[in-house]
Amino acid sequence: MSLIDLKDLKTYFYTEDGVVQAVDGVTFSINRQQTMGVVGESGSGKSVTALSVMGLVPMPPGKIVEGEILFHRDGGTVDLTKLNPKGKEMRSIRGNEIAMIFQEPMTSLNPVFTIGNQIMEAITLHQNVNKKKARKIAINMLEEVGIPLPEQRVDEYPHQLSGGMRQRAMIAMALSCNPTMLIADEPTTALDVTIQAQILELMADLQEEFDTSIMFITHDLGVIAEITNFVVVMYLGKIVESGEVHEIYHNPTMPYTQGLMESIPSLDVDKGRLQPIKGVVPDPYDVPEGCPFNNRCPHVMDVCKEEDPPLVEVAQGHKSACWLHIDH
Amino acid sequence: MEEDRLLQVSGMKKYFPVRRGVFRRVVGHVKAVDDVDMFIREGETLGLVGESGCGKTTAGRTILRLIEPTAGEILFRSSELGNGSGKIVDIAKADKRELKHLRRDMQIIFQDPYSSLNPRMTVASIVGEPLVVHGIGNKKERNDRVKQLLETVGLTENHMKRYPHEFSGGQRQRIGVARALALDPELIIADEPVSALDVSIQAQVLNQLDDLQDEFGLTYLFIAHDLSVIKHISDRVAVMYLGQIVELTDVDKLFNSPLHPYTEALMSAVPVANPDFESERIILEGDVPSPVDPPSGCYFHPRCPYSEPVCSEKEPELVEVEYDHYVHCHLAEELNLMGLESGASEDD
Repeated sequence: MSLIDLKDLKTYFYTEDGVVQAVDGVTFSINRQQTMGVVGESGSGKSVTALSVMGLVPMPPGKIVEGEILFHRDGGTVDLTKLNPKGKEMRSIRGNEIAMIFQEPMTSLNPVFTIGNQIMEAITLHQNVNKKKARKIAINMLEEVGIPLPEQRVDEYPHQLSGGMRQRAMIAMALSCNPTMLIADEPTTALDVTIQAQILELMADLQEEFDTSIMFITHDLGVIAEITNFVVVMYLGKIVESGEVHEIYHNPTMPYTQGLMESIPSLDVDKGRLQPIKGVVPDPYDVPEGCPFNNRCPHVMDVCKEEDPPLVEVAQGHKSACWLHIDH
Repeated sequence: MEEDRLLQVSGMKKYFPVRRGVFRRVVGHVKAVDDVDMFIREGETLGLVGESGCGKTTAGRTILRLIEPTAGEILFRSSELGNGSGKIVDIAKADKRELKHLRRDMQIIFQDPYSSLNPRMTVASIVGEPLVVHGIGNKKERNDRVKQLLETVGLTENHMKRYPHEFSGGQRQRIGVARALALDPELIIADEPVSALDVSIQAQVLNQLDDLQDEFGLTYLFIAHDLSVIKHISDRVAVMYLGQIVELTDVDKLFNSPLHPYTEALMSAVPVANPDFESERIILEGDVPSPVDPPSGCYFHPRCPYSEPVCSEKEPELVEVEYDHYVHCHLAEELNLMGLESGASEDD
């Protein structure tokens, strides 16, 4: 049963220098209680996809030009792209049914309010409870995410907490309204590995407890292998490959995914010399015609420069957008 | 200092004063580097790994004396000062004149290629500046040298007149590498040279550093927080925690049979890019303590899963437990710790 379906989503930015097709025809579904990974390098459109779901794309210059985001909630299905991002219905969904945690906990928490205040704001906004009850829920949540001495910590300011503790406070805030879906945008990138291990474990435990679906955005292929069961690979605003995590790691079919896997040093195997992907990610104002990867691909053919390959199934549940696997 | 060593650091300390109040009274010290002993052999890559705030960057900069050390000895075999024969100098005590000569032997590559290049200088003047400072060659010779350096790092002559903003992150890092190579140094300290780059670009820069080492016989001190990168590039590895070296050995020993509990925990925490790789994860409790007020005894004992009473009472020393394997732990010879091979099981 899917919880959210993105259908051919296109989010563009109209800037003075031209149009950036940040998300360019993205289609995927997230099932209930699933952890889905979205992986890609900087500029691949993974964060803009998340912001589109949250209704947080700055407009202007941004605009959702096409597509649907169908959110299947208890009361029926809504298309999030049709809702006014500042309207009552979107506000009742955002933070309540779909919550988000961000990469940098220092910049996404407000430095002039205590963390208790910030968690209580979300609770009093979405739940019909008084301040005293909200404070109790906030303390409970802080305890739930493993913050020691929650009664004391609830009155502290963000700068009094360490990076890992701040990220825990963010998670507490995101989960305080018991959302059905959690979007985590690089939640551990700014953290040290030993703290990252704590946060990943916490997220896995909380997902089990709260039955939340998670969309986990990262550039780290190790984290994806660790926490997700389904993965979507993005490149220049498009999905180039998607499938079950074992399948993608063991049988990548799109040359970009293959290149990524070859280019990272890994702890478990000694790779000898690394095989980097040649060239650089193209300028977003100047995306190549046809397949977006054609100027870096080792297997490039004439058709790649003319037409964009569709995302087709290459094995059960495994989709890939590459002319190598399509008759043409 | 032994024959094969290029650099030997002993008892190196760097304390930064903490000042408070109207009179800026010194109320304490941040012990960023706290009694570090290590050495680098000629032609090898020593990886220096640790989490943020452990003092790895400060250690690197203190070795170059970009930061004045508080105490300690930094011995360096300088071919520049010894007219090619290799005179041993204590960098910590070198005077201004000696230091200028030493700078030709030791160079640094910085982490962030966006802030470490002057936006108002062309690539030619950035890469050529060390030559000007040291008065090497005339204008034409310097120009030729810059051209040659850019070609060495995979850029072309056409790039010389351009400014840093016209380049991508990976290309900027190459400019930084070319600058570091300009004076033909012996030792290059690379401070997180790939952590600001996208993964597909990281591999390009890592391969290049590898090639340059072979070509010019360079010695690297490679500072990074990413264990996978450290394992890939290093011959030997030093693990740092709260200003101290806790373990120092060759890369295979470190990853397969670590002797310090922090190394074990650090390794088990790294997510491996293979969904079938299952390892027993050791989750450390709490955060790294403040370097202003480090714990008593062994600095790691409050988070150490094997901690015993002695650990909070007495500070351990860095001892050579087996050949070329230095460990800073009271229990080093008693514990049976898990390495990558013993801790992992492939269930394909």
